[in-house]
Amino acid sequence: MISSSNNILSHFHSDRFLLWSLRFLALIAGSLLVLIVLFLLHESLPAFQHIGLRSFFADEGWYPSEELYLLTPMLWGTIWATLGSIMLAAPLGISSAVCIQYYAPPFLAKPYRRLVELLAGIPSVVFGLWGLVVLVPLIARWQPPGPSLLAGILVLSVMILPTITLVTLASLAHIPASSIHSATALGLGRWAIIQRVILPTAKAGIFTGIFLGVARALGETMAILMVCGNVVQAPSTLFDPIRTLTANIALEMAYALGNHRSTLFVSGLFLMVMVVVFVIMAEGLRHREAHADTR
Amino acid sequence: MPVWLTGFFFLVIIFSHTLAMATQGKLVITGSSTMAPLVAEIGKRFETLHPGTRVDVQTGGSSRGIADAVNGLADIGMASRALKPQEHTLHGAIIAYDGITLILHQDNPVHELSNEQIKAIYTGAITNWKTVGGLNAPITVINKAEGRSTLELFLQHFSLSNRQIQAHVVIGDNEQGIKTVEGNPHAIGYVSIGTAQYDATHGVPIRLLPLQHIPATLETVRNGTFPLSRPLTLVSKAPPTELAQTFIEFSQSPAVHDLILKQYFVPLP
Repeated sequence: MISSSNNILSHFHSDRFLLWSLRFLALIAGSLLVLIVLFLLHESLPAFQHIGLRSFFADEGWYPSEELYLLTPMLWGTIWATLGSIMLAAPLGISSAVCIQYYAPPFLAKPYRRLVELLAGIPSVVFGLWGLVVLVPLIARWQPPGPSLLAGILVLSVMILPTITLVTLASLAHIPASSIHSATALGLGRWAIIQRVILPTAKAGIFTGIFLGVARALGETMAILMVCGNVVQAPSTLFDPIRTLTANIALEMAYALGNHRSTLFVSGLFLMVMVVVFVIMAEGLRHREAHADTR
Repeated sequence: MPVWLTGFFFLVIIFSHTLAMATQGKLVITGSSTMAPLVAEIGKRFETLHPGTRVDVQTGGSSRGIADAVNGLADIGMASRALKPQEHTLHGAIIAYDGITLILHQDNPVHELSNEQIKAIYTGAITNWKTVGGLNAPITVINKAEGRSTLELFLQHFSLSNRQIQAHVVIGDNEQGIKTVEGNPHAIGYVSIGTAQYDATHGVPIRLLPLQHIPATLETVRNGTFPLSRPLTLVSKAPPTELAQTFIEFSQSPAVHDLILKQYFVPLP
């Protein structure tokens, strides 16, 4: 690693100037997050004071006009939609990355890769519209009413699939050629090399792709709002409509006043907490994996 | 330069400045998403007639429109309902009428539902179209999200509370409801007559249900016979500012009737 303090060139003023301006910019980036959290806390404070944390978990339901603010069904909605989509998109994304990198002939791999990149650039509202006019009617014909957890999972999967694929591809590309050559020299087959050498080496990168996918799924709003039905209930089957925390904010924020509005900021806070818990879990997992590798 | 000439120029500058002040100004209008497209069109015409003025229209629902008018965040609020008795301190001016209608898919053989049947469908007492003379298929009930005036008017008309409604889909705006009915032949929903009639005459396969034998058309809303209708109201502090007053009078004048009709609302008689 190159450290500027050990560098004999670091006595120049320009270097120090760069160091301080970088520190300043980093401070701005960091304080933005702190400011957002402070803002969320400030806006949701009235809800905590007038309604209380217990109500969000113990009220009869979500009926803001009757001052009932149960948030747990939407918490479950968010969790199930995210989990479902990651379980569908992660295997698909990883295997398509492996396919592009090691199996597909070049004339196919290149356009396929471009296609995935294009998929990553499609705005979420387009996915939502597609889900609303194509996917939901299809599900409705099979298992009415149609807008459901399943529709949400499918649309989310299509949205996070390119993220997982591209990040996995990038980490596969960084595997040292020497490891692959050594494995080939040992007489291992292609699948054995992928399974025993490449995937373990690229694990950190693959995890990063999955984390980014989960983060996008947690925060997705517009597409989910259009295909999930937005009924406030904990889903008991895949075909039940659900409402996520993000959809709740988007649906009602423009029309909310007083405690109702403040409770929507509490939903935002819950989302934030979920992301933080998830990042801590992910870091823990990565740490353990790294530890396992050194042993 | 003689002193009188300097004084004259000074006066001219002052005078032209006050003139400019009188015609220049900004109107902030917020509220009902039903009214916003119409008021934005009226605003554009108002701007061309009063050079120097700017009309800024933002949506956010009737509740926000009224709240913004009360605390001065907006010069005029848009509310797609009549003012409530406790809001009598505000100045309200009706500029047009809108009706809410129930919509079905065109392939649905049901042509009329009584108030009791609609109530039973929305509370989950009737869950199959067979019960009301339709196909043997489960009913998909579409409801509106909390805070929308369409929901409020619907609940009030059928004397329901939102808690009683057993919905399968909760929608945000009218167009999302129409798209949902379009994609599901067994769905029932309620939207603005203006939007529904526009889409129905432009090839979208939906049908507007009559209510208490009265067809859901612009005529029945205009003459006040359609039961589920509402006035579109511009709300301001009483008395309104001069510019706001000018805008409200302009919105009520026949000069904007073509704009109101184009949005499938019903102008004042």
